[in-house]
Amino acid sequence: MHINSNVAISDSGFIFNPLTGDSFTTNPIGLQIIEMLKNGLSQQKIITEITTKYLVESSTVEKDLRDYLSMLNSYQLGEYVN
Amino acid sequence: MSIKPSVTVAVSGLNNIDSPGPGIPVIRALKESNFFNVRIIGLSYETLEPGLYMRDLVDKSYQLPLPSAGIAVLLDRLHYIHQQENIQVIIPNFDSELYNFIKIADQLKSEMGILTVLPTLNQFESRQKSVLNDFGKKNDVKVPFSKTIFSVNELLTIEEEFNYPLVIKGKYYDAAVVANFSQASHYFHKISNQWGLPIVVQEFVTGTEVNVTAIGDGEGNCIGAVPMRKLYITDKGKAWAGVSLDDAQLIAITNQIISKSKWKGGCELEFIRSNDGYYLLEMNPRFPAWVYLAVACGQNHPEALLKMALGYPVKPFQRYDTGKLFIRYSYDQIVDMQQFETISTKGEL
Repeated sequence: MHINSNVAISDSGFIFNPLTGDSFTTNPIGLQIIEMLKNGLSQQKIITEITTKYLVESSTVEKDLRDYLSMLNSYQLGEYVN
Repeated sequence: MSIKPSVTVAVSGLNNIDSPGPGIPVIRALKESNFFNVRIIGLSYETLEPGLYMRDLVDKSYQLPLPSAGIAVLLDRLHYIHQQENIQVIIPNFDSELYNFIKIADQLKSEMGILTVLPTLNQFESRQKSVLNDFGKKNDVKVPFSKTIFSVNELLTIEEEFNYPLVIKGKYYDAAVVANFSQASHYFHKISNQWGLPIVVQEFVTGTEVNVTAIGDGEGNCIGAVPMRKLYITDKGKAWAGVSLDDAQLIAITNQIISKSKWKGGCELEFIRSNDGYYLLEMNPRFPAWVYLAVACGQNHPEALLKMALGYPVKPFQRYDTGKLFIRYSYDQIVDMQQFETISTKGEL
């Protein structure tokens, strides 16, 4: 997924979408995921990073990541890429 | 050190209430001009318009006759005010008074030397809600299908052309989304009692409402445009808070409308962003009450209008800040009875 280039994200986890005018807050892990997406990491690489860092089941991370990406997409913050 | 030209500008729309007129934001923008030193003459219709008593913004105020009194009475009153104040420019801010001001614009200039920046009568009429379908075709912009009706019985005959929910709109102000004939009938009477006939019935388009404040030079150039999304809406449907948007498509549509219509003066374009693009709901023929957001974003539209009126060259704004919010608040002014008495009895303050 690509995070849309005009989306503003602060270190505090505050997100502003200047296209829609919507604003959101995300937690530290959500912020880390967005940073990883912006750095071009694949979904599999993100799952590996989080699984290693937080010692959680990869299946759990995979499901949560899928939900999170779906949310980013529905809020027009990011777009799926092939 | 800089020297700014001094200008006396008369501004109406001082009703800075819960459904505010644009006068006070326009005055605030003019007072903050880097180019002009502006003296403001307030023009009011009611003695309780809050702007009358904002002496830091409004230097002197005069009551105007209601628009229904006609052009001759308005001209008489403006002659008197001009004798006292030597007005150079008038910026009218009410939809309902614009027709009269457009009609007398040439006389104001030739008889008193007062300048205006107003749309032509054709431009003004072309964007009326009752002819929105034609406006959409002429300016190549999508609009919701709408129809003008004069009696409540027509609501029954148009049911073949519309599906509920639909929108019942007043000629100048007010609108309601209705789900069935009973509600449509109720709002037909409610809105027509207040604002008169006709009533406009409009297709309900789902999506997000986004608005643009803009200014055209009458030659097809859009001098400035700032889009905004309402973040907090009052029970009257007015924005109590909003944020400036970064939306190139919306700016492009705005430029197209201003260019094709050769719009002259300030305006507000109200859109719905739906799944299949932007629909223009309304074009208001004057600055909106939230025009000060444009100033805060780097585009002082009222100052640009004043420059246009006085013949200064005006170049289109190239940028604006996105992500700027406006948040209104209410504030109790304390006014001596003597001031209220003066405006009530003498018609000036």
